Amino acid sequence: MATAIAAQTHTITVLVDNRPGVLARVSGLFARRGYNIESLTVSITDNPNMSRMTIVVAGDADTLEQITKQLHKLIDVHKVFDYLDTPMLERELVLLKVQSEPERRAEILQLVEIFRGKVVDIAERAMVIEVTGGGDKIDSFEKQMETFGIRELVRTGRIAMMRGSRTV
Amino acid sequence: MAKIKSTGAKALLESLRREGVEIIFGYPGGAVIPLYDEIYHCEFLQHVLVRHEQGGGHMAEGYSHATGKVGVCIGTSGPGATNLVTAICDAMMDSIPMVAITGQVRTEVIGKDAFQEADITGITMPITKHNWLVKDVNDLPRVMHEAFHIARSGRPGPVLVDIPVDVFRAVVEYDPDEVENIEISSFKSDFKVHKVQVKRAAELIAQAKQPVLYVGGGAKAAGAEHLVQALAHKTGFPVTTTLHGLGAFPENDPLSLGMLGMHGTAYANLAVEHSDLLIAIGARFDDRVTGKVSSFAQNAKVIHFDIDPGEINKVRRADVSIVGNCAEALEALLPMVDETQDISEWRAQLDAWRTDMPLEFNDGANDGTLHAEWVIREIARLTDRNVVVTTDVGQHQMWAAQHFGMRSPRQFITSGGLGTMGFGLPAAIGASFGVGPDKDVWCISGDGSFQMCIQELIVATIYKLPVKIAILNNTFLGMVRQWQEMFWQKHYSSVDMERAPDFVKVAEAYGMLGLRCESVDDVEATIRKAMETEGPVLMDFRVVKETNVYPMIPSGQTVGDMIVRKPQQVEEPESTCHYQPRDTRMPVVDEVVDVAR
Ligand SMILES: Cc1cc2nc3c(=O)[nH]c(=O)nc-3n(C[C@H](O)[C@H](O)[C@H](O)COP(=O)(O)OP(=O)(O)OC[C@H]3O[C@@H](n4cnc5c(N)ncnc54)[C@H](O)[C@@H]3O)c2cc1C
Ligand SMILES: Cc1ncc(C[n+]2csc(CCOP(=O)(O)OP(=O)(O)O)c2C)c(N)n1
Ligand SMILES: [Mg+2]
Repeated sequence: MATAIAAQTHTITVLVDNRPGVLARVSGLFARRGYNIESLTVSITDNPNMSRMTIVVAGDADTLEQITKQLHKLIDVHKVFDYLDTPMLERELVLLKVQSEPERRAEILQLVEIFRGKVVDIAERAMVIEVTGGGDKIDSFEKQMETFGIRELVRTGRIAMMRGSRTV
Repeated sequence: MAKIKSTGAKALLESLRREGVEIIFGYPGGAVIPLYDEIYHCEFLQHVLVRHEQGGGHMAEGYSHATGKVGVCIGTSGPGATNLVTAICDAMMDSIPMVAITGQVRTEVIGKDAFQEADITGITMPITKHNWLVKDVNDLPRVMHEAFHIARSGRPGPVLVDIPVDVFRAVVEYDPDEVENIEISSFKSDFKVHKVQVKRAAELIAQAKQPVLYVGGGAKAAGAEHLVQALAHKTGFPVTTTLHGLGAFPENDPLSLGMLGMHGTAYANLAVEHSDLLIAIGARFDDRVTGKVSSFAQNAKVIHFDIDPGEINKVRRADVSIVGNCAEALEALLPMVDETQDISEWRAQLDAWRTDMPLEFNDGANDGTLHAEWVIREIARLTDRNVVVTTDVGQHQMWAAQHFGMRSPRQFITSGGLGTMGFGLPAAIGASFGVGPDKDVWCISGDGSFQMCIQELIVATIYKLPVKIAILNNTFLGMVRQWQEMFWQKHYSSVDMERAPDFVKVAEAYGMLGLRCESVDDVEATIRKAMETEGPVLMDFRVVKETNVYPMIPSGQTVGDMIVRKPQQVEEPESTCHYQPRDTRMPVVDEVVDVAR
């Protein structure tokens, strides 16, 4: 299980009004106060008036405290949750287009199997693989694929949720 | 109440009426003509036609500062809106409640680079508490009430409502009572004071041997000055204020240490430096106060009262923090503190510093020179300090802060956080509308700053406002010149203001009395003449050109680096820079960190 404090990055979930301009307000706040965003995802929620942002930030505990407080001051922000004392699940998805010469396909498929990935598209000399998991898992899958030649790669950025029955 | 039918413009004015707005400062243009047409017919509202939207913004600020009410200003789309930006940012930095209303191009052409289109909500996003682009007239009445609510609640600040011209003309059917009952679930401003924290504060207070109260603008915003005074008098703790705290504690009180910080009194800064308990009340540890943060009040525990949770631990970690309205918090604290605490040793130390290092000034009695500090002291004496004072930005501002001797809150209005030259005159005009014709408003300005919003003079003339403008004319951008003298080997790059308009003629051209004072002997007569004259007066005091504001703690440095007074004449006669000039072009790394918050 990932812990929130590892390596001075923190995952925060921000519930915001689903309104134009909200993303600009949040990202603008990070930019002007000099907070570093490692990744940011936005998605709909079960409530059509709300969006959910998952932001991975780099910084120490003081920075995290300031980020949380400054986010709360934005009128569009309803909730900020930092997972500091809560076990959480985090996931990312990667689509990876890898060079696949016919003679190396089997090798690649074996790795896909190990990482519980999926081949979602295949062409003569390339295939697209989908893998989900924690950031570390995806990092190491990427590393494995490097030897074959990565042609293109896209990651969604982290999403997170509390374990257990509690909700944000 | 039943629903009513009205245009967007009319609904907007109805919301202003319900919010108790009596005066607005604005400038028309294509996108707001429909609004101005409603204003033309409106009876409850006074509209002041300013001469530049920035002036209107600062008038709204001055009005707000003097009255505690929300200031309102208007600009048209595009350049009208962008001209408001400086004033909006100024209000943000100094926590002044303000509603800025801007016109926008027609909804259907937004985003097409239409004539006079500017994305003003985008531009002002980081300098407002919140802003709105109202594309649907049905949202307008509610948004207006939300705007006022957000501007004045919690930590006050500016908001902006951007309204396309067609929305002003569109018809809305709404219940005006209903839209007044706003509820913004995501906006929290009424933080309840935490009793446990108050108790912990009382415990720290009981243990303190060398305490200092550090009082800021928030104490005035809360109307908590009498509680600050009660706390000081009950405990016997000395009080220092920030630039914005001036007036929250009368400076003729023996417990007053005056202002702290870069140009604060030596004894206030020494007191903070040696304190073991710093009680911050509505003050935000600005870098002009702390200098190098890691050295600021190093041995002190900190109790921090602030209504904005974001201020707690932002610059300095607090040992006890009390989030909420500081008036409420002080009320809870007062009964818990002891009146028999003995800090006489500390008080004796403070008195010794005060005697050793008083604020110095030259009254010209010996050498006949005319000094800005002396003019300010004479204005204070002759007006019996029974006036409102606004300032511009620079040396004159710091001298006003040091030498006027503020007595009451809402008396001193200045641009602190942004340091906006040009603020003084329009702020004085706004303040004068706020306090009415029976109270004089003195604008203490500099020859540089004054030229930045000079066009608003005509407003003072038209309304016969008792605004008395004292330009402390040193023919320099004095504050910048001071830094160049002290830290840049006297390279006077672009600070010479010798070539200036004749300010007396400017006054006359704008229809007011202009007076020039070139000698220390004429200071009293000039001030008296201004006081006796009805309406606005402009005074051009030709003060000594090259003098510096002392004490001074150079930017990012410590109390140990404080330069208390003008260094004595030493060898090199051709230079007026008599102490080791410190090269600030190569700052030490942690200094950069300190100021680059
Ligand atoms: C040339 C120049 C030189 C300067 N030199 C100095 C100097 O030597 N010394 C100095 O002090 N300043 C100086 N300043 C001003 C300085 O930059 C800051 O503007 C000022 O110090 C901030 O004052 P403050 O801490 O009182 O905070 P303010 O900006 O007045 O902020 C008020 C604080 O109170 C809080 N608050 C608001 N309402 C309430 C409430 N109801 N209850 C509780 N809290 C509340 C707010 O959240 C905020 O944190 C200078 C400015 C200029 C332009
Ligand atoms: C709009 C703006 N531009 C530039 C500055 C930088 N600045 C600070 S003080 C100052 C000089 C002010 O000169 P003056 O008004 O004559 O006052 P003095 O210092 O001479 O009393 C300048 C240029 C500023 N604060 N505001
Ligand atoms: Mg000057």
